[in-house]
Parts: sequence; structure tokens; C-alpha cells
Amino acid sequence: MWEKIKDFSSGFFVTGEPMIYGADVAIVLVSLAIVYVLTRYKKWGWLWREWLTTVDHKKIGIMYIIAALLMLFRGGVDALLMRTQLALPNQHFLDSNHYNEIFTTHGTIMILFMAMPLMFGLFNIAVPLQIGARDVAYPFLNAVSFWMFFFGALLFNLSFVIGGSPNAGWLSYPPLSEIPYSSGPGQNFYVWGINISGIGSTATGINFLVTILKMRAPGMKLMKMPLFTWSVLASCILIIFTFPVFTATLAMLYIDRFLGGHFFTMTGAGNPMMYINLIWMWGHPEVYIVVLPAFGIFSEVVATFSKKKIFGYKSMVFSLILISVISYFTWAHHFFTMGAGADVNTFFAIATMAIAIPTGVKIFNWLFTMYKGRIEFSQPMLWTIGFIVCFVIGGATGVMLSIAPADYQYHNSYFLIAHFHNTLIGGVVFAYLAGLIYWWPKMFGFKLNDRLGKWAFWFWNIGFYVCFLPQYALGFMGMTRRLYTYGWDRGWAPLNFVSTIGAFLMGIGFIFQAVQIIYSIKHGEKDTTGDPWNGRTLEWSIPSPAPHYNFAVVPYAPEQDAWWEMKKKMQDPDYKKEKVELEPIHMPKNTGIPFIMSFFWFIAGFGFTFEWVWMIVVGLIGVAATMFARSFQYDDDYYIPVEEIKETESAMGRVV
Amino acid sequence: MMSAITSQHDHHVEELESLKVTGFWIFLVTDCLIFGTLFATYAVLVNHIANGPSGKEIFELSGVTWETFILLTSSFTSGLAMLAMHKGNKKQIINWLIVTILLGMSFVGLEVREFAQMVDEGATISTSAFLTAFFTLVGTHGLHVSLGILWMIGLIIQLFQRGLNVKTKRKLTVIGLYWHFLDVVWIFIFTIVYLMGVM
Amino acid sequence: MENHGSLKSYVTGFVLSIILTIIPLLLVTNHALSKGMLIVAIMTMAVLQFVIQLVFFMHIRESEKPRYNVFALTLGIVFVITIVVGSMWIMTFNSVVQ
Repeated sequence: MWEKIKDFSSGFFVTGEPMIYGADVAIVLVSLAIVYVLTRYKKWGWLWREWLTTVDHKKIGIMYIIAALLMLFRGGVDALLMRTQLALPNQHFLDSNHYNEIFTTHGTIMILFMAMPLMFGLFNIAVPLQIGARDVAYPFLNAVSFWMFFFGALLFNLSFVIGGSPNAGWLSYPPLSEIPYSSGPGQNFYVWGINISGIGSTATGINFLVTILKMRAPGMKLMKMPLFTWSVLASCILIIFTFPVFTATLAMLYIDRFLGGHFFTMTGAGNPMMYINLIWMWGHPEVYIVVLPAFGIFSEVVATFSKKKIFGYKSMVFSLILISVISYFTWAHHFFTMGAGADVNTFFAIATMAIAIPTGVKIFNWLFTMYKGRIEFSQPMLWTIGFIVCFVIGGATGVMLSIAPADYQYHNSYFLIAHFHNTLIGGVVFAYLAGLIYWWPKMFGFKLNDRLGKWAFWFWNIGFYVCFLPQYALGFMGMTRRLYTYGWDRGWAPLNFVSTIGAFLMGIGFIFQAVQIIYSIKHGEKDTTGDPWNGRTLEWSIPSPAPHYNFAVVPYAPEQDAWWEMKKKMQDPDYKKEKVELEPIHMPKNTGIPFIMSFFWFIAGFGFTFEWVWMIVVGLIGVAATMFARSFQYDDDYYIPVEEIKETESAMGRVV
Repeated sequence: MMSAITSQHDHHVEELESLKVTGFWIFLVTDCLIFGTLFATYAVLVNHIANGPSGKEIFELSGVTWETFILLTSSFTSGLAMLAMHKGNKKQIINWLIVTILLGMSFVGLEVREFAQMVDEGATISTSAFLTAFFTLVGTHGLHVSLGILWMIGLIIQLFQRGLNVKTKRKLTVIGLYWHFLDVVWIFIFTIVYLMGVM
Repeated sequence: MENHGSLKSYVTGFVLSIILTIIPLLLVTNHALSKGMLIVAIMTMAVLQFVIQLVFFMHIRESEKPRYNVFALTLGIVFVITIVVGSMWIMTFNSVVQ
């Protein structure tokens, strides 16, 4: 009996690695600490009522952001582990298998469990407020999206200590990810963690698409919307039209693994290249899914901190749409070298080059906005300026990569790694950090400390170049990606060493940010007006933090930069504030179903991962039961009475 | 005063219900893309039969033809349920939904029998890439149909419990769209998988 | 929800769909055309039946403006075609090379 338990445990739990034992201990201790704190301060009820059952987009946004920042930590630690291993030749800090697991986890977490949730968090925080809406189109679905992400991410993260991480790269190419070469549960964790989370992502795409199209404040035409909202619209269109491809493709990989299928195997006439073809059909639009809202954030930040209307609004919108459409026709550039043929490669090379044009238009528009503006070097503005340099380098190297014959040299070398980190960190991460700082006061009612934030920025910015510029050279020197070690004879050591220093500089930047948040909770400058940046868009017209119904009175917003125009009118000596009749506000009720249903998906996913059929059945029945329960739930809304609105508003210093 | 609020509330609820129908159309588009991916994979792997049988050898057009007409008829009867809804006739809605469910169950039954026969003949999901693609594409459609049947049962219960109101009408509209969508997908399965398979 | 339809429209859609199913069946079982022509013919009829069902069963012409669902569907079809045709194009060369 004892033997059986030992046997099972040594397969089930990951053994033999001191770092992982350390993680096991840490997980247990932290979990116990959380349970202790919640019990001691009698907060279980509060947790359930205020957070686990919420359908309020503002709270959902905060939860997304917290989860994303935790994942940024884990993905960052992965990066530091890799860079430590590569700092010098022939190191044995990480063996090859462990290294493979780490780069796989690093990529998967950073893109799918850090960038996406951070982005969805910002969607939730800002979009309804920017368009003058009181909620998203489907508040229940919004909660489902978050909890599906949460449990999907939880499933994926568990692989580290239970069963073993996937190790076939962040996209799990077959045949390596098929049973003959990856027989453990690692790849299953990958498929299910991502697919469960992916359902949430697709749902968010639908939710925000309909919200933006149908729930704008009266008068706000599409061509008068804030540019961040436009960028979210474009991103949602991309999400809707590509995530299903990802979901289907990973499901097919799982069918190969679980049912002995031959979609992508080396036997049974399967074709691994078809997987790569399909996965990049998702993969390329995916990077535009995350970068378009980044561009949207920059448009807001540049206009606000240059105190100027954005230059070329129409061309900004048009370029967003053009980028979205073209991004669908570039995917084969990720496998130029796979043998699709010259005519295929040519088509995709040209499409890839073409996408640089609307992107360039945007960069110029931001620069023209800043020209002759009254620039304030706030934290978000610093991140923006950092982005412009960093992303342009990434874009230029992208055009280099798009030249198919040349790509035969660059493909899968460190040149490629440097390119995509320039665009992903310089573009996406810098933007989301800027957005986080920018909208932080609206979320929490206080600003993040400036001094600490600026130190953080400089460590990130300088650290980035120290880390990644040498990697372009390393690529030319022949260093390929996913190498766990290299010899002294390569001559790669000095640049690798420098690169590692850069990575740690960025790590210090992150520490500054963590300290900044903790410090600012206590000492951060309070936002008493709701408009700490003298902003231009509607979210700044309501108190900070926003009341749960957002707008006591739905604004009439027919102009671009609606709040700026309203403020101008209010300065007019003849301005008379209109008397408004308050009406009861319709709100959705909290519900535990999203949490519970997603938990059952987790159970099913765990069952699928270990191929325990009983668990799969229990999980799926649970999912069906909760969906049925939801279908039968007719009492899901209530009204906030006028008295309560008046009280809430006056408590925040507003007279209606 | 009360009636003003009530009618405003009703209008608001109607708007929200209409929003759900719009959202469902978008969801159907994402489902289109899932099927599109499966069709693309099928198209690429259709001749990858390894040592196993080809479509011509295992497809039985007679059974498939029955399935096609049954599903098409069920799409029609779900439409009749919608007509009954517009006439406000709860009993007729439920009757037509039951007919739709029975036709749907026949479809699934025939398909299960078809799959079982193929497996019996040695043509399984793990025989070749072609068969993996076939079973996945057609099986995913069959799974969608089965879920639709369960959904309709739930809806019938709600109609009994709550009668026809703004919400149940929306739910009927939505399941109607779903069911028609599934018949549309079947048109392409019938054409691309079976008809082209036996040519 | 204004998407009404009448008994007439449902019956019309049903009958047309039956016809558009029978014709391809007969064409294929009787080897009535060359393979290439056959494929074109049955695909065309499949697409036609799709449109018939969109119009007569799903009442796509009657949705309220702005018609986002029509736009979404059109874009969806464009992308499905891209996925299918794109995959076939890319993967065909691959099999030639093999």
C-alpha cells in the first residue's frame, strides 16, 4: 500500500529538482498563509460576495491585472533562470530538459497568461468608462471569461510541481509534442490550460465587440470614439476570428495524444507541418491582438501629456483596421524555411512588409502630436517615448526578417529572439505598464509614486537594450534559439554575459515597481478630482475610484475628446449646468456560477491532462449542470434607487 | 409614474435581450471558424489514407442521405416552432420542438450507427490521418447537435415553468439560430466529405 | 425581435433546400459530369443552399440596422475561405516536395 503511494507520488509530483521542492514548499506556505489571513479576519464572506461572484467590469479588471502581475513575476523569474544558465559557457545550473521546460513556460506565460490578461484587465477598466457606458454588454460572460482564464492559468502553472511542465516550446510543435516524444502529462497541461483560458478570451472578444458597437453614450459616433476604444475594437475583431483556430488546433493535437489520432504524427500519414500552418494562423494575429491596444494606449497618453488632440485621427483609425486585416495574411512568414515554396513565401513576404506601412503612419502621427505640444514627462509619457525607440527597432528588424531568402539566415536565431522581444517588450509591455500607471488612479483613487516609477522605467529601458541588443549580434554570429548551453570556442560568451546583466537590470526595474505599488498604497497622492492628469476622455469625468454604476447620468458625448470639450464648455462664463433627473439604474446581480463552472472546467481539464476518465466525466457533468443552472436563472438583475445614487455621488463630493 | 418606469424597464429588458441575439450571431461566427479549421485540415489530409480505407470504400451514401433529409426537416420544424412563437402559441411551440428533438435524436442515432460500423470494419480514428480528420469533423458536428438537443429539452421545461415572455422568446430565437447553423454546416459536410468522398 | 418570416418563407426554404440536396446527389451517383465539373456544381449548390437557409430560415435580411451580424458573418466567411484555401495552397507544395 505504502509502495503504491510512493510509486504514484514519484510520478505524479515532480521530483529530483531542489528548485521545485523549494517551489512546493513556497506554494504550501503561501496557500496556508492566505487561508489563515482570510479565516483570522473573517473575510471568506467578503471574498465570495465582493470578488468571487462579482460581475462588475471594474473589479474583474483589477483581478485580471493582479493575476497578470503575478504571472509577470513567474515569467520573469523564468527569464532570469535562462539568462543565468547562458551567462557563461558550459554551465550546469540547468540541465537541458529543465531549460526546455523553462523557455516553454516563459513564452506561454508571458504571452497567454501575462500579456493577454493584463490587456483584458485594461479593456475592462477603461473601455466602458471611455464610451460612457454603465457596463459591458454581457456582465455574466465577462465574469466567466475571467474565471476561465484563472483556472486555465492555474492548471498550466501546476504542471511545474505536478506531472511535469511541457517542454516543447511555447507553441508545442509536433512531432515533438506528440506521444512518442512527449509521453507525460506536460503537453496535456499545455493544451487544456490554454484551451480553457482561450474560451474566456474568445468570450471577451465577443463581449467588448458588442459593447463598443452597441453601448456607446448617446451622440458618440464611431469616428468620435477614443482611440484606445478603437484599438480594442480592432483587437476584438482579431480575437473573434483567430482564437477559434487556436482552440481547434490544440484540440486536434490532444486528439492525437489521447485517442491515437494522426493529424500531426509522423506515422499514419499525418502531417506535422499542418499544425505549424494552423497554429501560426492564430499566432500571427495574436501578436497584433496584443499590440493594437498598446497603440491605443499610446494614442491616449501622447494626446493627454502633449495637451493636444491626436494628429490624424482618421488615419489612426484607418491604419488600425488595415493592420488588423493584413495581419491575417502574413502567417507563413513564421515558417519560410519549411518548404512551402517560393510563390507561397513571396506572397507572405510582401504582405508582411506591407504591414509596416500603416504601423509607420501611427508612429509619425504620435510624433506629430508631440510636435509643438506642451509635453509633460509623466511616467506614462516616459514609457511612451521608450516605446517609440524600442518598437521601431523591432519593426525595422521585422522587415529584415520578412525578406524570405534572408530569413533563411535569421530564422530561429538570436536575431529573431531579439526582434520579437523588441516588439513585445518595447511595444506591448511598455504600453501596458504605461496604461496601468495612467488608469491606476481611476481604479484605486490614488496615483503611483513618481520617483519610484521613474527609477523603474530607467532600469527597464536601459536593461532592455543591454539585454537584447547583444542578441542581434549573437544571431549573426550563429547562435540559435533554445540552446541550453554553448562552448567557449564559439566566442559567444562576452555578449551572453552582457545580455544577462541586462536581464537582471530589468528584474531590478520590476522590483522597483513592486515597491512602488506597496509604497503608494500607503503614501500615494490621492486623486480627489477624478481627473488627475487633466485628461481628455470620459473616464476622467467621474470620481476615482469609479462608483459601481459608473455614470450617475449618462453623458451626451458627440465630440472627439468628449471630456476635454465638456471641460472647455464649463470654463465658459455663460455655462449653466443642466438640471438632470436621476433615474434608477439597472444593474446585474452577482452570481457564483462563473466561478463554479470554471472550477468544474478545471476538474475536467485536470482529468484530461492525466487521462483519468472518471475525473473528466465528473468535471464535464459539473460544467453542464452549472450551465443548466444558469439557463434556469431568471432573476439576475436589480435597480439602484435614486436615493442611493445621490448618496454615493455626494460621498464622493459630487452634486448631481 | 409607475407605468412610465415599468415601460422603460420593459424597453430596457427588450434591448438587453436583443443584444443577446446579436452576441449569439457573433458566437456562431466563432463556431464557423472552428469548423473552418476542421474543414481545412480535412481538405489537406483527405488523401492521407496510410494503410487504411479511403472515403469511397467506407462511406455509405444511403445512410448519409437519410441523415441529411432528417436534419433538414428538423431545421424546418424548428422554424415552425418559431412561427408558433410569433403567434404566441405555447403548446404548438413545444410540440414542434419535440418533433425537432426527435428528428435530431434520429440523426445522432444514425450517425452513431455509421461510426460504429466503420470502427467494426477496422476504420478507426487512429487508422490514418484521413480518418482522424473525418471522425473529428463529423463527430464535432454530431456533438454540437447532441448539445442542442439537451438545450432544447431545458428550454421546453422553462416554457412549461414560465410560459412565453421576453426572455423565453429570446432563448427560442437563439436555439433556432443555432439549429439552422448546424444544418448549414451539415450541407458542407455532406457535400465536401461524403459527395466528394464517393466521386 | 423583428425577424418574423411566414409559413410561406419556411416552406419555400425547405422545398428549395430539398431540391438543392437531391440534384447534387443524383449528379454524383450517376457520374453525370467530369470530376472537376462535378465539384464545381455541387459546391455551387451547397453555397446556394447556405444562402437560401440564411434568407428563409435565419431571416438575415430582416435584422435591424446597423447590420453587424451580416458584417461579422461576411468577414467570417472571408476568413474561413482564407484558412481553407490558404492551407491547401501552402500544404500542397509541401506534399510535392515530399
